[in-house]
Formats: sequence, C-alpha cells, structure tokens
Amino acid sequence: MQWETVIGLEIHAQLATRSKIFSSSATAYGATPNSQANLVDLGYPGVLPVLNSAAVRMAIKFGLAVGAQVAERSVFARKNYFYPDLPKGYQISQYELPIVARGAVEVLLEDGTRKHIGITRAHLEEDAGKSMHEGIAGSSGIDLNRAGTPLLEIVSEPDMRSAREAVAYMKKIHTLVRYLEICDGNMQEGSFRCDANVSVRPRGAEKFGTRAEIKNINSFRYVEKAINYEVARQIDVIESGGKVLQETRLYDPDKGETRSMRSKEEANDYRYFPDPDLLPVVLDQETIAAVRRSLPELPDAKAARFVDAFGLSEYDAGVLTAGREIAAFYEDVVQRVGGDPKLCSNWVMGDLSAQLNANNLEIGASRVDAAALAGLIARLRDNTISGKIAKEVFEAMWAQGSSADAIIEARGLRQITDSGAIETAIRDVMAKNPGQLANYRSGKDKLFGFFVGQVMKATAGKANPAQLNELLKKMLAG
Amino acid sequence: MSLTRKDIDSIAHLARLNLTETEIPVYVQSLSSIMNFVGELDRAKTDGITPMAHPLAGLSQRLRADEVLESDHHERYQRNAPQVAAALYVVPKVIE
Amino acid sequence: MLHTLTIAQMAAGLRQRRFSSVELTQAMLARLSASQPRLNTMITLTAAQALAAARAADADLAAGKAGALCGIPMVHKDIFCTEGVLTSCASKMLSNFVSPYDATVVARLKAAGMVMLGKANMDEFAMGSSNETSYYGPVRNPWDASMVPGGSSGGSAAVVAARLAPAATATDTGGSIRQPAALCGITGLKPTYGRVSRYGMIAFASSLDQAGTLTVTAEDSALMLRAMAGFDPRDSTSVDSPVPDYAATLGDSLAGVTIGVVREFFDAGLDATCGQAVRDALKVYEKLGARLKDVSCPNLPLSVPTYYVVAPAECSSNLARFDGVRFGHRCENPRDLMDLYKRSRGEGFGAEVKRRIMTGTYVLSAGYYDAYYLKAQKVRQLIAQDFARAFGEVDALVGPTSPTAAFALGAKTSDPITMYLNDIYTIGANLAGIPGLSVPCGFAGGLPLGLQIMGPHFSEARLLNLAHRYQQETDWHARVPSAWVN
Repeated sequence: MQWETVIGLEIHAQLATRSKIFSSSATAYGATPNSQANLVDLGYPGVLPVLNSAAVRMAIKFGLAVGAQVAERSVFARKNYFYPDLPKGYQISQYELPIVARGAVEVLLEDGTRKHIGITRAHLEEDAGKSMHEGIAGSSGIDLNRAGTPLLEIVSEPDMRSAREAVAYMKKIHTLVRYLEICDGNMQEGSFRCDANVSVRPRGAEKFGTRAEIKNINSFRYVEKAINYEVARQIDVIESGGKVLQETRLYDPDKGETRSMRSKEEANDYRYFPDPDLLPVVLDQETIAAVRRSLPELPDAKAARFVDAFGLSEYDAGVLTAGREIAAFYEDVVQRVGGDPKLCSNWVMGDLSAQLNANNLEIGASRVDAAALAGLIARLRDNTISGKIAKEVFEAMWAQGSSADAIIEARGLRQITDSGAIETAIRDVMAKNPGQLANYRSGKDKLFGFFVGQVMKATAGKANPAQLNELLKKMLAG
Repeated sequence: MSLTRKDIDSIAHLARLNLTETEIPVYVQSLSSIMNFVGELDRAKTDGITPMAHPLAGLSQRLRADEVLESDHHERYQRNAPQVAAALYVVPKVIE
Repeated sequence: MLHTLTIAQMAAGLRQRRFSSVELTQAMLARLSASQPRLNTMITLTAAQALAAARAADADLAAGKAGALCGIPMVHKDIFCTEGVLTSCASKMLSNFVSPYDATVVARLKAAGMVMLGKANMDEFAMGSSNETSYYGPVRNPWDASMVPGGSSGGSAAVVAARLAPAATATDTGGSIRQPAALCGITGLKPTYGRVSRYGMIAFASSLDQAGTLTVTAEDSALMLRAMAGFDPRDSTSVDSPVPDYAATLGDSLAGVTIGVVREFFDAGLDATCGQAVRDALKVYEKLGARLKDVSCPNLPLSVPTYYVVAPAECSSNLARFDGVRFGHRCENPRDLMDLYKRSRGEGFGAEVKRRIMTGTYVLSAGYYDAYYLKAQKVRQLIAQDFARAFGEVDALVGPTSPTAAFALGAKTSDPITMYLNDIYTIGANLAGIPGLSVPCGFAGGLPLGLQIMGPHFSEARLLNLAHRYQQETDWHARVPSAWVN
C-alpha cells in the first residue's frame, strides 16, 4: 500500500509586545518566577482583562501579509479547562470570529517547485504559564510569568504532504513574522512553536485519516523528525491491523519518538462561549488601511525584486531575503559597490555567512559591516587584489576589524599588474627549471599549471592571474 | 428532561467538583427540574434573532496602550497561596 | 439618635460640627457589634481601620477640604475586594482570602472620604435570594428575625434597614440589590450595566453583574452613586460617559413624565397586598403629574429561565479560578492534581454554588450549547427588544420588585425553582442592562414591600428623581423596624 501523509500546522507565535495581551505586566523572557505575573495574570478574584492595542495591530499586520481577510468584528471567547498553568481555568482565545481568516503563503520547495499553503485563520489568545517538574519531590512548581503573553495562533489548511513541506511552511511563517517585527522568532525560548496535526491515508483516497496532534514542537529539526516518526508509527499501526487514535501526543527529542499525553486525554469539552468581560473588537477600514501602509516590503516581493533587478537565481534571492537584516545588508553592499550584484551575493552568502555561522552571530553583529565588505569587493573589482588574496584579506578584516585597504597596504598584498615585473618573474622561473621547460615544449601541456604555481610562489601570490596566464603562455611557447 | 446519575458524575467531573454520596441524588433531582424549567425557552420564536452576549449593544472593545506598568509583587501576591517554594506555586506533580 | 440620620443629614451635621465622624463611626460600630448575634449582618468588622479613617475624615472636615460623603460610615458587601481585609464572598472557598488590592468602587468611596466599618454578609458568591447560602450563616430580617432579608445582598440591606449604618454597597446580578431592598424596606439602586466599574468585584455572571447602593433614601443613593460611578480603564465593559450630578435633579417636576405599567408584572404569582401597594403608588405618581400607560413586554415571563441559563454558564467559568493553587481553600493532602481540584472545590463551595456551576457546565457542554446557551442569548435579545420598544413610549416602567414580602427562613431552600422565582420581576433589567430601583411602598403583615422603577440605559437621574418625589409624598422608607429604633 502506498501512503500519503497529510499535515496541518498550528503555529503559536508570541507577539513582540512590551506588555501582556490583557494586562500591563512585562513579557520579558527569563525573569524570576512569578515576578511578571500581576493580579490579572494570576486570575485573582475580581480582576478584568483589557486588550493591548499593539497585539491587535500585530495580528492585522500578519493578516494583511498573508493576503487574508482582517475581520471588521472579531470576538474573544473563553476556552474552559483546568490545568495548573492556566490560572483562570479558561484561556481567553478567539473561536467563532477570529481576527484573521482565509490567507495563504507560497513556499519554495527544495526541488524548485512552489506550493500554495492555505491559512485557515489566525487568532489572538493568551499564553499559559509553565510547569516546572524538577526540584520539588513529587510536586510541580508553577511559574506564571508567561501567562498572558500574547499569542497569534496561525492555523494552516491540511495542505502539506511531507515533513519537508511542513518545515518549509514553518520557515516561511517564521521569516514572515520576523519581517513584520511581530515576533522575535526565538524558538529556544518558545516564542515560536507549533502543533502538528498528522494523518496518513492510502494514496488517492479522498477521506482524511484519523489525525494525531503533536504538541509544542519548538525547532524546525524536531518538526521534521516528529512528523516522520509519527507517519511511520501510524502506517505501522494501520498495517498491523490497528487503528490510529485521535489523540494528543508529545514529541520526546531525546528518544526521537512521540508518545500519548495522558493528561490531555480527558474528554476535551472546552465549553467555548463569548467572554463577557471583553467586547467585540471592531476595526474600521481606515485602521486596517493605515496598518497596510505601514507594512514593510515582504519577503516574496523582495525576492522577486532581487531576481529582477540583480539577476540573482530564485534560490539565492530566497536566501538573501530570509531575513530583513540580511536583505538590507546585501542591498547596502550592492549600492556601495555600485554594481556586480552577483559578486556581492557570493560574498554575503559565502565567506560572510560562513563566518557568521562559525561564530554563531546574527548579521547585525557581523564584525565586517556592509561598508567594509563593499570596500573589499571594490578592490577585487579594480584588480588591486585577486580572488584568492581577497579571501585572505577578508579573514584578516574579520579578525582585526580593519578595512580592506589597510590590510592590503600593511601586508603588501597589492596585486602585481606591471607586465614587466611579471615577465621578469617568469624568466626567472624558466631559467631555474630547464627540464620542465623542455618537457612542456615537447608537448607536456599539463606542466602549465606547474609554471603558474612557481610564478605565484615567487610573487607571493600577488601576480594578476589573468595577466600571468597570458604572458606565461606566450613566453613558454618561446 | 431528566438527568441521570451518570450525567451528574460527568458534569461534576468536567467542573472538577467532588460530590458526596448524599449530594449526588439531590443534584440529579434539582438539575433535572432546572433543565425542565429552562426548557420553557423552547416556546420562544427566535428565528433570525441575533444572540445577545452583552447588554450594551453597539459598544466595542477599548484598546490599551502597550505599556508595562507593573513591578514585581510576587511575595505579596503569594501570601494567599496554600503552598509556595522558590517563588513557584506548588501543586501535585503535573503529568504530561 | 445618630443612627437614624440619612447620609445627607449626617453630612450636614458633620459640617455644622454637631458631631464628628469618629462619633458617628463609634456609634455605628457599637450598633453593628450589638446586632450581630441577632441579625448576623457582618462577616468582618474593621473597627481599627474605620476609626483611623474617621479621624482622617474629621481632619479633612476641619480643614474644609471634605466632599459630600466625607466621614460618612458605610459597609461594603463582602464581594468587593478590600486591600488587607478578608474578602470572603461568604464562601468557605475564600474564608482565608485577604485581598491585596481595593476594588475600584472601594477605592472611589475611600477617596470620597467614606468610612468603611466592615464587610457585609451575603449569599455565597452572590448566588441566592434569601441570604441563606452564606458560609457564615443566614442574615435575618430586622423587621422579623424569623424572616429572610432577601439576597444576595441581604447583609447590606439588613444593615441599612436596622440603621446599623446609613449606607451599604451591594451588587445585583438578577435582583440582588432590589429584592433585599424591598424585603427590608429600604431604597436599592442597580445602575445601568457599565455605569459602575466591576473591577475588584468578585464576578458571578459578568454580563449581568452591576454594583449599586442600598440606602434609606433616594437622595442618599444619588449622593453615593455619583461617587461610585464613572469610567474605569481597568474594566473593558465600563462606559466612558460623564457622571451627572444626580442630586441636582431629584426635585424635578414629574409633569409630562410618562410611566409605563408593565402588564406582565401583575401576574398570578403576585401577592394581592403587594399588587395593591404598587397600584397605590401609581396613584401618587398621577397626583405628582405623571401620566400612566399600560405597556406589555411579552417576553418578560421568560426572563427567569433565560437567566438560569446565562448566569450559571458565566458563573461556571468565572469560578473555575478557585482551584486551590494560588489562593483560597485547598484540601488536605491531595493525592494528585485531580484530587486537589475536585476536593478543594467540592469542599470550598456550598450547595447552591455547586448547583449553579454544574448547571452552567451542562448548558455550555458539547451538544447542549445551541439548545440552551445560544437559545437563551436569543431570548435575552427579545427581552431587551421588549424593553427598548416600551421605552419608545414611556420614560420609565413601574411594577412590584418582588412577588411577596419577606418569607420565613428555610421556607424555600428545598426547591431551587421556587427560590429562583423570587427574582421574576427583577431579572429583566439585568438581562437588558437597564437600571432599576426599588423603593419601599407599603407593608404586608408588618413586612415591607417594594416598588420597582426601571428606565432606559443611563437614566439613573430620572429613576432617582421618580423615587425621590415619591419619598417626598410618602414615609414608607422612613419607617424603622421597632426593634432597631433605639
């Protein structure tokens, strides 16, 4: 039997507001337990929620960015269930009337094809606190600092057919929320995480199989692993005559497997109803239009422009627009160099990215800034240095933080472009290697490389490679 | 309509209420009569009527400026807590 | 005889230096303590804080920087959070709960210089119509201690009726201010939903709850409401509109005012004496120049079943926060998390609260939501439309507050439906969010009766004007139970 995987994701993006969605406590990560939980966050008797305008604005931004409908009227509802990290015994969320509905994104898959992934809805809700299981024997400790942090829950259509597609979609949304500056995207801190709804069905079948929901996955790698594990598990269950249960599962990264969550197995009767403490959120067209005007150039548009204006491949344009900062850096370099966007992209995606990765730095913290990189590329373009020397100069720039020119001067790396000097060096090498010269002249063409190497050695690599080639060919021929 | 003991058990579970053996029959009886009583609502013709979730129609949610106005008061707030350790609220082990 | 003075009279006396706030406060504290074994009106007395506040008020009065309510003693229903003071909501669940903050109502009255004497008894979590569901025992009616004072604000109403304090705050979700006002022979005002902040008022049913006043006269209600009402940025349902000077329009003429007499209020359940008292009151209004007009609110008889879906639904969710984790009652030695929840809640809540939580849980649960909750919200709309239509024709609606005078303790505790039907005339105002007021209008067998006046949203000034003019013509409100005259 051939199986087809069906995946839908529910992404939870913590919105980058200063204060919580319904209270004026701070949302900063990593504070002393419960130091950022005020009376509203703690669900104290008598307190009431008041909605944060920034959270609403961020949700609108997202909705517009995915071409969705931003609701003129949306309603907060209570999702009722008991859990120690949920202080009020209900989560304020949106149910029947979410703020964003019916959007879509396009993802570029590894084989170069594009795929349309529908976004059913995105709604505002409050995050829960955290349960700590270490340190107190037989007990758990509850930290409610996270309780009330605004979340945008982005629900996709079940449009993905493989773990890879799911990862591509998740990355796409990750890029988007950071472009929009509505989420810091920090997955380690849980600012961006997802639940994956996974099912399998016989290829060609129309009906979806029974799905399992894998909760709270907080890295791209785990999403892929968890889905692949879950798909294999479900196929295994079916092929050995069993039935997949509709249930909530947890991915255990240490064991690389998913397991059933006992605690969530209770009948989930959430008893949603409109929250009487909050009124409908009404947005007029002017408010929505004002947010639309404030939107930055979005990744898809930027990538298309990079292909168009700079002649980059779709792949390179995708890499260079994966973040607003890297795109801005790249454009800055191109503008300073005043041309050769391909050469600029090679440097940004090549040596610079390699250094950033090796040092685990964001581009904003690069030790070689756009002006410095442009200075290096300019020396390459005016033949002051060769490509090979340029790499050496770049290493030095990274290490010392000086400009390309300073390093070229200090180390005497200026390229030799004086043909007289190159000819002298060639004559020297020919004189010192009569045997090789004779062999070359009797037809051993391969020895050309030997002579190039010798001359480069003699000139400490500074001979202009093109000139050297031309002169060497002429002189060896005699 | 008449509720059964099983109904009461499941409602009490959903509401996280421990009921004693003497309480259960009382609630079977009284919830049944309440549900019968509210069943009168069936008499009302409500086709096309918008449900009223809020008494002041036409008002919309006011938005708060995104400002942090709170400082750390966890010690004071935790004075009401039955059990606290290392600034955490302590509960029996949460099994996920 | 300081205790028989109204707020207005006390305020005048304080300004004339006939007595001090400390003297008033001491007198009232003494009466509250002495009455406690017989009436059980209070859960907490805050004597030391009260005297300190009274001394501060006297200083402000002496300095000439005191407002109208400065130095006037009062009590808060124990549903309002009061910083540093037990706030129990008359529940075992919160019998150890000391609020770390003041409700907005508490803060505003404090700022106005009012002196809190303590926290009044009530039905547990405001769920009841007889004040018999309190964890702290029932409150008794000052007119006859074998009778209930009404509920849920029974303690607040009995305090004012027995002249233990001139004023009390209260809350009204389905009649919890107006019905005890009627049964205790005092004036009770439930303002428009959104007029008074709900912040710090422990929620029962959020879309129905509204704080208001219990006083001897409408004039006193006007003074107190002005201090309590107004926009609160911490309550999203608080309405941002100016608060009028209610006292300024109390004496306005009623000539040209049209009063609607709601046909559905004169139903089979209405006690004959009570009905006659209301008809007599209508004659007073005619004499004052008002026109009477029969009106019908055909859906009003469905208000009780509507309420007993909507209110329990909201309460089941509002009371989920009482889980034994961050505050409130926690069971001994929980085996596991489920045991912690179930036993803490099972032990902490009383019988009626559990009944309502379960009713609400049921009507919201899968498969029943549309049939009950959604249906009730639609009928609620019909009831609100009935009122809106009526207010297109009349300025105010008048009828009885409660079908009968006070009933005996224990008379209705075994049958919840009988108890719920006590609120048949008051619930409509909560469902529609309109203001309602009850004024004493006679007696049946030595027990007081109430006249209810309702108006469109934000018509409190008109209601207080109607009540005040009536009180100028009658003295029902001025009568004091004989046991409490001295």
